[in-house]
Amino acid sequence: MIRLTDVRKAFNQGRENEFWALKGIDLSVEAGKVTVFRGPSGSGKTTLLTLVGCLARPTSGRVRLKDRDISGLPERFLTDIRRSTFGFVFQQFNLLKGITAIENVMIPAYPLGIDRTELSRRAHALLERLDIAPKARSNAEWLSGGEAQRVAIARALINDPEVVIADEPTANLDSERSKQFLDIVETLKESGKTVLMTSHDPLVCETAVVDRVVSLRDGQLVERGG
Amino acid sequence: MNSWIGKQRNLLDFTLSSLSRRRGKTLGMLAVYTSIVFVLASVMLFSHAIRREAAIVLVKSPEVLVQRMVAGRHDLIPARYLDAIRGIRGVQSVEGRLWGYLFDPSAAANYTLMVPASPRIEPGKVIIGDAVARARSAEPGDLMSFRAHDGTLVQFKVDGAIGRESALVSADLFLVSETDFRRLFGIPEGLFTDLAVSVRNPREVGKIAEKIDAALPDTRIVLRDEILRTYESVFDWREGMLLVLLAGAILAFAIFSWEKASGLSAEEKREIGILKAVGWETGDVIRLKMLEGLVVSLSAFLLGYLLAYAHVFHLGAGLFEPALKGWAVMYPKYRLTPFVDELQVATLFFFTVFPYTVATVVPIWRAAIIDPDQVMR
Repeated sequence: MIRLTDVRKAFNQGRENEFWALKGIDLSVEAGKVTVFRGPSGSGKTTLLTLVGCLARPTSGRVRLKDRDISGLPERFLTDIRRSTFGFVFQQFNLLKGITAIENVMIPAYPLGIDRTELSRRAHALLERLDIAPKARSNAEWLSGGEAQRVAIARALINDPEVVIADEPTANLDSERSKQFLDIVETLKESGKTVLMTSHDPLVCETAVVDRVVSLRDGQLVERGG
Repeated sequence: MNSWIGKQRNLLDFTLSSLSRRRGKTLGMLAVYTSIVFVLASVMLFSHAIRREAAIVLVKSPEVLVQRMVAGRHDLIPARYLDAIRGIRGVQSVEGRLWGYLFDPSAAANYTLMVPASPRIEPGKVIIGDAVARARSAEPGDLMSFRAHDGTLVQFKVDGAIGRESALVSADLFLVSETDFRRLFGIPEGLFTDLAVSVRNPREVGKIAEKIDAALPDTRIVLRDEILRTYESVFDWREGMLLVLLAGAILAFAIFSWEKASGLSAEEKREIGILKAVGWETGDVIRLKMLEGLVVSLSAFLLGYLLAYAHVFHLGAGLFEPALKGWAVMYPKYRLTPFVDELQVATLFFFTVFPYTVATVVPIWRAAIIDPDQVMR
């Protein structure tokens, strides 16, 4: 589904503090599978996720999504692909403060012009599915870590994306909440979604739901496992 | 089309909820903005309405006034000048007017004395303006006495008071009969204060004025248009003076709004990053922020303008009265006829709503073009 060929990514290119976060990545990600990118801090796993998720463009190399080269597309087209194909769950959840959980869930769908009633119904159904419906009207800042994450997952799913991307999803959760998260990942997988995660949490990497663990170090792939 | 409308509706909903999230900042901005629009709109509405009022009043006044000049000063004009003017082709009618000023020591105010052509006032009676009635607490049937030019006492019985609707020009009026006027000031028969000339064809006013000037070289001709222009410039000058005084406040507002609108907090930048990451286009983010600016500035504009309207047309423009009406012992109490000029509204709109909206968009545009992957770092 997603294929990376000799992908490199530099930050501050041409300056004194030039830094290569990725140094030639060749990788294929299968549809409907759960893949985890594992590695120490600074290994390039988050950068890899941003390239796959169309949040950034590689400095060189190719990123193909369903055989379409998306590495050179202008911002406008990348946004379109990002909105329809990917759903993001950020490490800090990144919910907007001051508005309710359900409003946060609906935000990615606003630019699509979906009817408000239909959108609200869809958001409620997602919150219901993730066992967080009673908190729909709570402001984002009043939610606990686990609740905020489930709202963030609901937000990632509102446009019914094919791929869900989660950056260090268990970094801010205790073991119990982490297990609950992995249960959700399982249901996502069952519903046919492709899940990409970064993590160095053994609980995530060793769980049965994960199909493949890709290890990175210093911007390069170290090994591939399953 | 439906999805386009749905998108705009969703954006507007989100805009309103964004504004309510920053309630303190939004309300503070709205309050300052509204007061500026209120002040500017009040000055504009007031001076425009009063200029228009003066123009309406002057429509009824004679097209040409003829005054006799002696040594550069206005003097009484003999009745024989009437015949000389009547003989000029194009003159419809000409009549002598009697008017002057009378100082009333008990009210410490000047009244404008006039002998009206109609209604004809009986000797010994007077019709007074609204401010005169207030200054002397006079009611119909009351007696008022004044010392004539020779020291004798002249008594008037108040026959009626002029309504407040025409108070702008009638507040200090004191309408008396010709006999009483002449007795009070010692003006003999055959002399008038000035002459009012009506012209058959309004386009010939200039030509007829030239002919009068040629026939009666010791006179000064005053045209209605000239009086109108004088009024205009008086009110223009007052409006300008007030606007100059307000310029400081306007400048302070400009700096304040620029800082408020253009300064993006770290939180706002983070939010823009999140919106972009979850699939909003740069254009959507800019549209959202523009809507925020538009909602604030439009609300402030409408609110400020409505308050100014009420202030000027229902509360008598209490805040600017002394500056705009000029100084007098006897202020006319009147209600201006509500009048709104579209061009004026458009000007005010352009100078208040437009700059604020632009000030909001510039920094947002800069923030919105940053890569969405910032939120992942």
